[in-house]
Amino acid sequence: MNRKTELTLGPVLYNWSPERWRDFYFEIADEADVDNVCIGEVVCQKRAPFFAPHIADVVERLERGGKTVIHSALTLLMSQQDLALAKSLTAEEGFYVEANDIAEVADLKGRPFAVGPFVNCYNEGTLQWLTDVGATRVCLPAELPMDAVAAIASRATIDVEVQAFGRTPLAISARCYHARSRDLHKSGCEFVCGEDADGMVVETLDGKPFLTVNGTQTQSYTCLNLVSDLTTLRDLGVGAFRLHPQAIDMVAVARVFRAVLTHNLTPGEAMADLEDLWTQSPFSNGFLKGVEGVKMVAGAE
Amino acid sequence: MGKLELVCPAGTPAALRAAVGAGADTVYLGLRDATNARNFPGLNFDRQELSEGVEYAHARGAKVLLAINTFPKAGEPEPWHKAVDDAARLGVDAVIIADIGVAAYAAEKHPDLRRHLSVQAAASSAEAINFYVNEFGFKRVVLPRVLNVPEIAVLNSQIDVETEVFVFGGLCVMTEGRCTLSSYVTGQSPNMRGVCSPASHVRYEEKGTQLISKLGDFTINSWGQNEPAGYPTLCKGRFSTGGEASYLFEEPTSLNIGMMLPELAAAGVTALKIEGRQRGKAYVEEVVRNFRQAVDAMDTDTPFDTSDLERLAEGGRSTSGAYKKAWA
Repeated sequence: MNRKTELTLGPVLYNWSPERWRDFYFEIADEADVDNVCIGEVVCQKRAPFFAPHIADVVERLERGGKTVIHSALTLLMSQQDLALAKSLTAEEGFYVEANDIAEVADLKGRPFAVGPFVNCYNEGTLQWLTDVGATRVCLPAELPMDAVAAIASRATIDVEVQAFGRTPLAISARCYHARSRDLHKSGCEFVCGEDADGMVVETLDGKPFLTVNGTQTQSYTCLNLVSDLTTLRDLGVGAFRLHPQAIDMVAVARVFRAVLTHNLTPGEAMADLEDLWTQSPFSNGFLKGVEGVKMVAGAE
Repeated sequence: MGKLELVCPAGTPAALRAAVGAGADTVYLGLRDATNARNFPGLNFDRQELSEGVEYAHARGAKVLLAINTFPKAGEPEPWHKAVDDAARLGVDAVIIADIGVAAYAAEKHPDLRRHLSVQAAASSAEAINFYVNEFGFKRVVLPRVLNVPEIAVLNSQIDVETEVFVFGGLCVMTEGRCTLSSYVTGQSPNMRGVCSPASHVRYEEKGTQLISKLGDFTINSWGQNEPAGYPTLCKGRFSTGGEASYLFEEPTSLNIGMMLPELAAAGVTALKIEGRQRGKAYVEEVVRNFRQAVDAMDTDTPFDTSDLERLAEGGRSTSGAYKKAWA
């Protein structure tokens, strides 16, 4: 696809306060050089009502800022409440919805929709089928190595997006580990996940940081960073890169990624800038390099 | 209500014979490659063994399911397609599929080959299940281990397809098919390579009086001298949050709902699945024999003693998992 490579801001994965959530998106709308912005609760249905009153304002502001709004839907659908939240998006014909569970694909079939990273699109067979039922873009699973990304992107007739920045979602569960860590039941969770703006760090018994818990979702402790591989991936046919929001200056993060795509920053300079912006944990790119996801393999270009 | 079907693991031809001999209605198995989710050294079947296994089982009235339940590597779908072709050719009773591309292939090339939806497809709602059924003609769905029994009953009233549930053995606490924890630590993907917490990446180290178990570069657990050490399955490890150590995700227990079979039958479940293709034939024989007795006992209204099953559970500890949702 011979056009501008896009940057997509993924949905806020954490339980930020409604005001913080709104102000974050307002700032993105006004200042961030990104093409697509995902909004919506993808981790835990219980969080959605809190920021719901701000959605209309956020959408309006993002559209005024020239962004395409993608409504990201919930990852694991089990309860009637989960299904109702998903339906509240898929039933809106004017919404461009990103499916993160196959039940949402079922609802969206026959109209243009996006496929999120939590739907297992591992290969061209699945991609073809999703394309046939209406998908117009797909964000690939984080664990795909470079050769798999290449094999998919080279055969794709829709936009292929790769996750390029932020703590990587690794697993989803019916159980809430934020609640469990405080001896709380999920139904009486007291929304303790709201205390950790970048997730709750999990350490091994010998004190080594390992994972990050975000309610029912488990993420990497490391921060995914593919800034050194952007141009390689673009040349392979990847049309967009996803930046997962962290509680740092995401406008600046987007600026760095854009500058690499427009050749105004070298990957080395970009890496140095990102190291200043994200100081909580090391970077990683191991999944793309076909090794342990936790690892950072140097030297791409 | 028909009698519950007992679906039993066969990691080797010997385990297949043991399971059939102990009363399995059905055995499930995989080929010796990345097309199945128990791709461990020394396990699984080559084509000849599969053919003989099918013949052996069929001669004794048992069925054989072939698990083709990983996600094909992009650009190289041939081994998965060939597995489907061979299942049809060798008379396998059904294939267990997770990937949409493989499902589409099987439905197109072998419409008469019965298809079961793998737990790895993570179809956790009636909407998702009906979708797979309508699009690809699945006849049975293996339910994710995230639902409790009342939820399963509601689900069965909303779908027009058989359900199979796990009743015994290893227990995923993360939604199956949607977990890359092991991949993050070992570089080997459960979804793509069929291995979780592989032995090749496990190490045990002595540190003073403690025995440390590691997966890749990370400590998964640590035991004192009098504590029995276990295998470092990542999600069953002991970790620390806010300075406090705990089994954050799940204790090192395994699933056992041998005492809940009447409730599962009442919830409309068709088949009971025993996990453990990585287990030896003696274990398989004993577990299957116990479950055979448990299912048969349902016809006579005599309560079944599950104490043998408690003993067989991993580490001697078992849980009802999501089926009772004590944590919800």
